[in-house]
Amino acid sequence: MRTWLYKVDTRVSPYLYIAPFFVLFGVFGLFPLGYTAYVSLFDWSLLRDEHSYVGFQNYAELFKDPYFWNALGNTVSILILSTVPQLVLALVLAHLVNRPFIRGAAAWRLGLLLPNLTSVVAVVVIFSQLFGRDFGLINAGLEALGLGRIAWQEGTASSHVAISVMIIWRWTGYNALIFLAAMQAVPKELYESATLDGATSGQQLRSITIPAIRPTIIFVVIVSTIYGLQIFAEPQLFGGGGPNGITGGSDRQFQTLTLYLYEHGFNKGFDFGYASATAWVMFGVIVLFAIGNFVLSKRIRGVK
Amino acid sequence: MRTSILIAAVAVMITAACGGGETPKGDEKITLTIAGFGDFGFKPLYEEYKQTHKNIEIQERISEYAAHHNNLISHLATGSGAADIEAVEIGYLSSFTATPNRFHNLLDLGAKDLESTYLPWKWQQALSTDKKTLIGLGTDVGGMAMCYRTDLFAKAGLPTNRHEVSKLWPTWEQYVATGKRYKTALPDSYFMEASGNMYRAIVEQAPTGVYDDADKLVVETNPIVKQAWDLTVDAISAGLSNRLTAWTPEWTAAFGQGTFATIVCPAWMTSYIENNAKDAAGKWDVAAVPGGAGSMGGSHLALPKQGKHAKEAFELIKWLTAPEQQKKVFKSTGNFPSTPSLYTDPDLTGFSKAFFNNAPIGKIFSESAKAVKPQHQGPKQGDVFNAIGAGLGRIEQGKQKPDEAWAQVLADAKKLA
Repeated sequence: MRTWLYKVDTRVSPYLYIAPFFVLFGVFGLFPLGYTAYVSLFDWSLLRDEHSYVGFQNYAELFKDPYFWNALGNTVSILILSTVPQLVLALVLAHLVNRPFIRGAAAWRLGLLLPNLTSVVAVVVIFSQLFGRDFGLINAGLEALGLGRIAWQEGTASSHVAISVMIIWRWTGYNALIFLAAMQAVPKELYESATLDGATSGQQLRSITIPAIRPTIIFVVIVSTIYGLQIFAEPQLFGGGGPNGITGGSDRQFQTLTLYLYEHGFNKGFDFGYASATAWVMFGVIVLFAIGNFVLSKRIRGVK
Repeated sequence: MRTSILIAAVAVMITAACGGGETPKGDEKITLTIAGFGDFGFKPLYEEYKQTHKNIEIQERISEYAAHHNNLISHLATGSGAADIEAVEIGYLSSFTATPNRFHNLLDLGAKDLESTYLPWKWQQALSTDKKTLIGLGTDVGGMAMCYRTDLFAKAGLPTNRHEVSKLWPTWEQYVATGKRYKTALPDSYFMEASGNMYRAIVEQAPTGVYDDADKLVVETNPIVKQAWDLTVDAISAGLSNRLTAWTPEWTAAFGQGTFATIVCPAWMTSYIENNAKDAAGKWDVAAVPGGAGSMGGSHLALPKQGKHAKEAFELIKWLTAPEQQKKVFKSTGNFPSTPSLYTDPDLTGFSKAFFNNAPIGKIFSESAKAVKPQHQGPKQGDVFNAIGAGLGRIEQGKQKPDEAWAQVLADAKKLA
């Protein structure tokens, strides 16, 4: 009897230990995912009690809507404008605070995380003031340099730059810390011998650090992509409290995919069917981008 | 065995997280929940009400504007979680009156005799499209005026006295004409903050707006919709608009800096200007709004059908929206009452603010609120105006010609039908 119990214990217990995660994931992750797919097949407004089955009509409408493609374009543009400089900056910052003889290393490293601890609302409010058309600090600076003012919110490129700067500000330090953690595991001897051979700091970054922390770079690229494709709070708050915060400007110049979803799910008759279809298409887009980025970043040369 | 305990534990956690946990009590005590956004100024009134209704306990839930309404809609859709009493702002009200079945019909609860207490248009806003169901009683209204900068008017050689200023623009055409005079005198300054509010005010003063009485969208066929558009476009091409986006830091700063001279001014806007342009005290004044009538904003109190104490809840909202209570709320918060019997009350007629050169704003707002003619609002009223406003914005920002913008507005409106 006892041995039987013992056997069961060794066989079953490991599964029990990991079960809480999968149960919670099923309830809060898998079920909503499946239910969203189900809802996306209906003309499902929160304001009405009857929901009629429409098959893939929501998807068909979505792909026909030029505003959807506009939102997708904006999202990708903001993704590139924010992620690329962000990761380069993060690498350089991490490399700088990783130097062996830096004074107050802990303070520098903690400082990197500070922007990320700030609430996104506070960041956007402050940056919206900086990017103000008439009274913003950045325009005042541009004017002092004789360059003229920019209506940041009104232009497509300018609004994307403004939003990207907010994202870069918040996430660069965070990613730098992840890079730093990986860099600390790189054997010091490599750097020492490289220094003896006369390699500069930049050469060491390119030839030792980046190849050595390749898995971490792949991880950070993918996570940043997933986050970047779901950007919502920044454009929403940048648009102000009125309708611009839903459509991303009067010409939809900075409406991202998530804002597009919000526009249909929480305005315009609370059309959850259509919003769910949007959510699934977004999911597909994110998966595609993640795979693409994985393939691309795998091409970084590893350590031999 | 262990798994089942675990599942049970998870299940308990989930129900605890989702359920409101209201168990009916055996005794007489009834707890009424009331959900709102911002400050309705009801807090001191609850205590007063409890003095006379010993068995009533009142719990208030306050959240932010959009979050409050999104929660309300999802609670109505899922059939649980809504408060006994829910505040509904006019921007959302018409989406409920189109499908009123999720609310108690207040006409069945004894609201029939109350109609004369409220402004007729305020009453009508909460009536279903077939006029058979009333879903809410009115709290405040946003009686409308035109706020203007006296210093800029003086520089432009325009009159500064509010009676003379009101005489400049009995109609919107004259308002735009005044703007052109202003722009000629002060080419570097702007006459209005943005064009969207002007447009909306013109259309809402008409007997029929963007929807007809049967909830059919008439953007393309109702002539006033296009006439108002053309007049607004005229104002834009004359360079009158400062093309500011409402609720952005730029917009807030402009009140104090004085980059524009006039703004369409509902009652609640005066507090906003006062708080955000403290240095500009005495420079702002208040005149009548062109067209003479208007209201922007304002709320109703509604009773979701899932609430179990309809009778008691109705008694409470009837009391909260009665003239005596609305007067107390007005005195503490400045929310403008929807009960016309107060409009002759000296407390209201004598109400003025030093910031606005002691303009008699109580009188100005009650006159414009009284003059409003009821207009039927359709289910996606707010979205339609947003689409038109975006079109005007594209013209302001030089992205489209007026004809292109109008074509896109019509296409956007068609999708909303």
